[in-house]
Amino acid sequence: MPMNREEIFHTVQETLVDALGVDEEEVTSEATLKGDLGAESIDFLDIVFRLEKGFNIKIPRGELFPEDLLNNPEYVEGGKMTSAGMEKLKAAMPHADFSKLEEDPDVSRMPDLFTVDTLVRYVDSKVNAA
Amino acid sequence: MGRSFLAGRAAAGGTTVRWIWIDGFVEFQSGHRAVAVKNVSLAEEHLHDCYPGLPIMPPPLMIEGMAQTAGILVGEARGFAEKVILAKIRQARFERRVVPGDRLRYQADIEVINEAGAATKGEVFCNDRPIGRVDLFFSHVDQNVSGLQFPEENFVFTEQFKGLLASFRQGLGQSKDGPKKEEPLP
Repeated sequence: MPMNREEIFHTVQETLVDALGVDEEEVTSEATLKGDLGAESIDFLDIVFRLEKGFNIKIPRGELFPEDLLNNPEYVEGGKMTSAGMEKLKAAMPHADFSKLEEDPDVSRMPDLFTVDTLVRYVDSKVNAA
Repeated sequence: MGRSFLAGRAAAGGTTVRWIWIDGFVEFQSGHRAVAVKNVSLAEEHLHDCYPGLPIMPPPLMIEGMAQTAGILVGEARGFAEKVILAKIRQARFERRVVPGDRLRYQADIEVINEAGAATKGEVFCNDRPIGRVDLFFSHVDQNVSGLQFPEENFVFTEQFKGLLASFRQGLGQSKDGPKKEEPLP
């Protein structure tokens, strides 16, 4: 069933409030899951389960959070993402916004890719797929 | 909370401690629902510490009871092949105290299960009255923890836990997949 961005955002917001125990006001579009909302690794799995249930979609392993790419030392040099690594990540995560990471491809900034908006865009692509 | 659903038995100063917080199953539908009971008794050591003069069943141990009920349900659903560990307490709420003489019932339902883990919903009853909710999240540890080595044998599901399920099935003449069969009273 098609949904507009606002509807998707509200359901994602509710999901994160339940999964992370944060207040609704904290769950803004730009909020990062780890830095701003305090998500830990087990929370990511819980979020996937809840999104699948909440939107009646299937989220294949690694599609929303491609852990194997993020932890791959081949794509890191001197503490920075290589351009090959960046290209691979972009291809794997078309739902993420890479503008900030491109300005400063420091590996420590990679978790910032996962914002509330990243989830909304991903769900949008699944729910409204042609 | 201690060893939370990791071992059925632990050694402490030469004494073997049994870490089992359910007494037995009263219902078991493979892959769907498990219901276990626990009788609260003044003979249990921990009640004299919680609290001296006012024995109540500690909520963390009721969470553990639900974790064991739900964990066995989740483990059995995949033939005890996975090392199932309690990864997250999604919510836990209790509306009233539980005291010696009370009979607890933990009803666990699988919400979602796949190769990564499982989510369960649980209702807690005391003397057949609903008194709480415990919703949990389990992880299949071999599938999720990259780079760490675990023993090959399934250290989570000891014979003590599997034995509870076996006793239930034996008592009702139930096979793994078949319906329950009630034995006629003599």
